[in-house]
Amino acid sequence: MASNGSDLQDLRPAARTPLRATADNALKIVVVGGFGVGKTTLVGSVSEIRPLNTEEVMTRAGEGIDPAGSWGKRSTTVAFDFGRITLSERQVLYLFGAPGQERFWFLWDRLFSGALGAVVLVDTRRLEDSWYAIDRLEHHGTPFVVARNNFGEPGHTLEQVREALDLPPEVPLVDCDARDRESGKRVLIALVHHLAALAGADAAALAEPGEPGTAAPAEPGTAVGPDAAPGPDAASRPDEPGEPTVPGAPDAIYEESTP
Amino acid sequence: MNAGPVLPGRDDDPDRLYTITGGRSRAPSVAFDLVTLIVAERQPAPGMQSEHVRILRMCEAPTAVVEVAAELSLPVSVVKILLGDLLEAGAVTARHPRFAPNKARLPDLDTLKQVLHGLQRL
Repeated sequence: MASNGSDLQDLRPAARTPLRATADNALKIVVVGGFGVGKTTLVGSVSEIRPLNTEEVMTRAGEGIDPAGSWGKRSTTVAFDFGRITLSERQVLYLFGAPGQERFWFLWDRLFSGALGAVVLVDTRRLEDSWYAIDRLEHHGTPFVVARNNFGEPGHTLEQVREALDLPPEVPLVDCDARDRESGKRVLIALVHHLAALAGADAAALAEPGEPGTAAPAEPGTAVGPDAAPGPDAASRPDEPGEPTVPGAPDAIYEESTP
Repeated sequence: MNAGPVLPGRDDDPDRLYTITGGRSRAPSVAFDLVTLIVAERQPAPGMQSEHVRILRMCEAPTAVVEVAAELSLPVSVVKILLGDLLEAGAVTARHPRFAPNKARLPDLDTLKQVLHGLQRL
């Protein structure tokens, strides 16, 4: 190999899962939350690749990577995880697990501008970790949903969580088990519904097949299998009296499968 | 977040990063997004910098900037500089994300449908 001295090649796992050659448009969703809340777990449960980790080094000072012109001067390193989901021949969705701490946020615009939206993952034992993230997302105008990562028996109702987070009624709050693929998937779907609702689209519009040629190959009947139709209680449970009724959200979408 | 082996390139000293980029630390003229997909347009040439060689091999299939960074265990900004070199030399092409948030930062309905259908197929 025409390499001038690096021995990194041998250390890397050989099995990368490449994207399709036709992939030409990538989308982003960011999962943000406090340390240890399960961001990587959530990303990993829905990702088609093992979550990868990378980092960015930037200074707080300015536009460039480091306006002082050298690495390491007044720079901050922020590490984040990511995974991906191939959506169609051309589209791929990247999921980023990002830290919620204060020192991270000055990077938000540079790293995650253009994200479709965000999932705030919360642990009810440390709700205060989420306050800052929610505040910043609102400030940035990034649409988001909140997902409670439920480790075992919930000690609070979602309504109590909503109150504790001072969450506006229009922001969806859902339960999830970050380890479970179906559960993680439902969180992401809740975000898509929320985005559609914000855009003023009703569920029926969202349920229609995409434009030919741009959407995934139309495969009626396979697009929504039995495991993708968990029923109306998937996104709103009996113990959530205050669960917001987002226009065009949860239920209707699951009904498109009926042939 | 802390899983995986510690690889060279991560957390190592600024001097090494400085060397890899040939002393540059400014962003390249082309703005790469984290998820810009990079596609190699030619084979690595003899004498090429090893990082460039690895990028070209990796990008035989479209590969996002952030995946290149993870594979190389280099900060994203360093990788963007390397990619800028390759792009300028015509060795790679870049497929930039088409979604640019509008004023309300909302994606169009068609994009949402595609995301939804993709998720439902998971």
